[in-house]
Amino acid sequence: MVDVPINTAHLGPTIKPKTGRDAWIMRAFIVVIGLYLVITLAFPLYAMLSKSFNTYAFDLSRYEIQVNTGTGWGDPITVEDLNEAVKKYKPEDLKTSSDGRLPIVEMIDGFSFRSKTLYRLRNTTKGSAYLVGSERITDTQWHEYTSNEFRRVFLKPVVATGLDNFVQYFSNPSLFNSIYNSLFIAIVSMVITITLAFTFAYAMARSKMRFKGAFKVIAMAPILVPSLLPGIALVYLFGNQGMLKVLMGDQTIYGPIGIIAGSVFFTFPHAMIIIQTSLSISDARLYEASDALGASKIKTFFTVTLPGARYGLISAAFVVFNLVITDFGLPKVIGGQFNVLAVDIYKQVIGQQNFEMGAVVSVVLLIPAMFAFAIDRIVQKKQVSTLTARSVPYEPKVNRRFDNIMFTYSAVVAGLIVTVLAVCQFAALIKFWPYDLTLSLVNYDFDVMDGGGWGSFTNSIKLGFMVAFIGTVVVFVGAYMVEKVPAFGLGRSAFQFLAMLPMAIPGMVLGLAYIFFFNDPANPLNGIYGTMAILVICSITHFYTVSHLTALTALKQMDKEFESVSASLKQPFYKLFTRVTVPVCLPAILDISIYLFVNAMTTVSALIFLYSPDTTLASVAMLNMDDAGDIAPAAAMGMMIFYANSIARIIHHFASKGLYTKTQAWRTR
Amino acid sequence: MGDTTPFLKIRNLTKMFGTFTALKDISLNVNEGEFICFLGPSGCGKTTFLRAIAGLDIQTAGTIEQAGKDISPLPPSERDFGIVFQSYALFPNLTVNRNIAYGLENAGKSKKAIKARVAELLEMVGLSDQGDKYPAQLSGGQQQRIALARALATSPGLLLLDEPLSALDAKVRTFLRHEIKDLQAKLGITTVMVTHDQEEALTMADRIVVMDHGTIEQVGTPLEIYREPATLFVADFIGEMNQLPATAVNNTSTKVGDIELVCNEHTIAQGQSGILTIRPEDVVPHGKGARSPGAKDPIKTPQNTFDVTIKEMEFLGSFWRASLTSKKLHDHELIADFSINAVSRMALKEGGTIKVELPEQALRFYAADN
Repeated sequence: MVDVPINTAHLGPTIKPKTGRDAWIMRAFIVVIGLYLVITLAFPLYAMLSKSFNTYAFDLSRYEIQVNTGTGWGDPITVEDLNEAVKKYKPEDLKTSSDGRLPIVEMIDGFSFRSKTLYRLRNTTKGSAYLVGSERITDTQWHEYTSNEFRRVFLKPVVATGLDNFVQYFSNPSLFNSIYNSLFIAIVSMVITITLAFTFAYAMARSKMRFKGAFKVIAMAPILVPSLLPGIALVYLFGNQGMLKVLMGDQTIYGPIGIIAGSVFFTFPHAMIIIQTSLSISDARLYEASDALGASKIKTFFTVTLPGARYGLISAAFVVFNLVITDFGLPKVIGGQFNVLAVDIYKQVIGQQNFEMGAVVSVVLLIPAMFAFAIDRIVQKKQVSTLTARSVPYEPKVNRRFDNIMFTYSAVVAGLIVTVLAVCQFAALIKFWPYDLTLSLVNYDFDVMDGGGWGSFTNSIKLGFMVAFIGTVVVFVGAYMVEKVPAFGLGRSAFQFLAMLPMAIPGMVLGLAYIFFFNDPANPLNGIYGTMAILVICSITHFYTVSHLTALTALKQMDKEFESVSASLKQPFYKLFTRVTVPVCLPAILDISIYLFVNAMTTVSALIFLYSPDTTLASVAMLNMDDAGDIAPAAAMGMMIFYANSIARIIHHFASKGLYTKTQAWRTR
Repeated sequence: MGDTTPFLKIRNLTKMFGTFTALKDISLNVNEGEFICFLGPSGCGKTTFLRAIAGLDIQTAGTIEQAGKDISPLPPSERDFGIVFQSYALFPNLTVNRNIAYGLENAGKSKKAIKARVAELLEMVGLSDQGDKYPAQLSGGQQQRIALARALATSPGLLLLDEPLSALDAKVRTFLRHEIKDLQAKLGITTVMVTHDQEEALTMADRIVVMDHGTIEQVGTPLEIYREPATLFVADFIGEMNQLPATAVNNTSTKVGDIELVCNEHTIAQGQSGILTIRPEDVVPHGKGARSPGAKDPIKTPQNTFDVTIKEMEFLGSFWRASLTSKKLHDHELIADFSINAVSRMALKEGGTIKVELPEQALRFYAADN
């Protein structure tokens, strides 16, 4: 082909294609959903980033004070001079957070609120402020106060931009040690999970063992529970009063061991499904060739099986890494004194009300998460090309000994998963472990516990339905428009970028970013703060990427000429969308909605910062009950989530099947 | 083309994808009711050309007029055409009836009228009893005809076919060629078909547009394209062709090896080298020392006649394909197709020597490379 631009001088004017009505409507949809992502993702993240660079300090030179001890008003002096005179605050004492308030009376020797002394105070510059009770004074007038009033006067800090927060972070070992801790548990969990999941997936794909279906269902079960549930089970098994405490020797489960064990549990299905997919698409012809060339089984494994599954393995490894390093619930429950980044964010924000430091830890956590995400994306792109249309699926042959080994292994893994769930259910039904072992439903009396009672469970169900319904509509419509809109290259790339971004953002970071953005009184959207709406929005955005990719995959499998045919027949795109695209993609649409439902039910990280007393959630209640020492009710709530998700899954299964026979009749010849 | 305005008037069409030029300054007229084939190897730009006419990939520069109206910037929905793709793009979840009715809805037609039109179209493509089936329940050939019926449902002024037969097996393909051609002739609808299959183009088209590297190499009737290829590319691309390196002697004569051959008039300067072409079936065998039956002078051997050795013979069913060599040709191999009749009459066999004639009107001389 000729790649040299031809001389265009003699050509007529460039044709500017007319944008049809359909194309305008589709662009409008992309812009609207794109704006949704900007407002619910890009802006909050920006707010959080800028917050991490905000430093707060009290600037005493910005205030003037006058005292009247009954002998007339003294000369006005700055509060800075006052502080010098009494030597109360050192410069480092004046550093604070956005919420900081400095009691001015601390600088006055012999202050008594009963004294008759009068005080005058004023801001010398615009931009400084002080509080009288809850009233904020920002003008530069003199205000007069009695001693009784003056004890309620607090100075407010002024904001500056700089790297101070980061300097502070990295000069505090108890904070930055969390980086090592987080990387440590993420990498160890990754290695263990991948090893276990690969062997399990290998058994599923390459053996003729029995009960594959049952094993698969059990292996997927951890997806249906919050990540802190295995933590609770581990406490019951190996905690201070655990059933199997003796097995721990002089080790403790509260710390890295517990976090890693729990992480392996909740990341196992994610890794297993990715690896199984990559094993199941390998080409049988390669095995036949290897066999024909006389290679041993071991050699075939290392020269054919492993290389074939390498993209799946790498992808699964980074997914696990990302899940573990960003997880909050599990280390919160079982981490003990072992600090990790995600929990640090929580401690800084909820425990110390230090939002700036929370933002700094979030930025630190973003780096490995983004890195893992980027590698996963690169690998995923490569995976696509490994399967050709001519590949022959591998069909395992019966091999007694191998099948028995694989069966034993799978049974042990499945047994461990069932054990975790059973321990939780058992714990929930025991009156008071380990002292009163009678069975009772007392732990289900959530209304008398911390966390919001049964209302939080119904809230979670409500949230699940809303996220599943609204999210599926938004995601699928967005994916359709971006896939099918003619031209509009820039808009499409921008949208694609925004749609991929949520995957790289840890839930804690997103939740904190929402506080900064939506809780800002200057934000016109401030009204949704503390409502169900913000929980729905946050969850949809948090789980956007996977849903978007599922929708795109389904859309890409459709004949790309449908739109051309429909346009040539003068039919509007929405007719094609409703009559053909949606019915054909229905299985994928159902998959997206169940994915969103289950995740909305189990997520803790993003929503822990955003719920209000009216919108408590089951997963958050679990955490709060555990925090308050009500471990058995926490286990009970965790199992309620499990059952709700299981029922949703079963309904999804039969709905898919029913719809399949009804609307997908065309699939069978 | 005379003074009638063409139905499609395409002028200076250029399509760039980034810096890659897919179509270079193409101009073409298509008359009303004509069946045109775009023929060329993959990547020649024929599909891009069709998609530009449909408005699916609008050209970078140049204009397209359809029925006197400039449609250059219009999106597909504002143009007047029906299209059939290689994949057929039948809606899998709709029955055959609903597929065909798809374009008839929202056009102010009554349900009854739509039903009647669908029945008429099904009848036309000979699938009246298949209306309630889903596309996946039909054979490839049947799906192809449903796609055709759907494209014709709205009675468009222009029918575009993008490799409509290439996904089918040989027998069905031959059958459908005639079906489509007959239907097109009956409806008199202007049709543009893209194909890489020369046989398809030769049997179906009124005129063929041979394309390569984003340009038109030749436009002509199938016979013109086959008998009088305008360029070496067309000569090479269509049918079998011997290509012998030769040097121009004068404007009607060339020299191959030691043999001077009289050929069709050419424009290559004396002494310049080029390629002399002849189709295998145009090589005339004369047996051992036989004379040309049509030669006026029975004593003198006809022009362009010389001795060759039969190196190899291959039986291809309806004829024999022989490869011939001659010292005088400097061992350039010449492929010739001989009828079974001629082979038995002249007792041709491998290793034998015969005289062959390369008739003047069958020899064309082209510049070596373009």
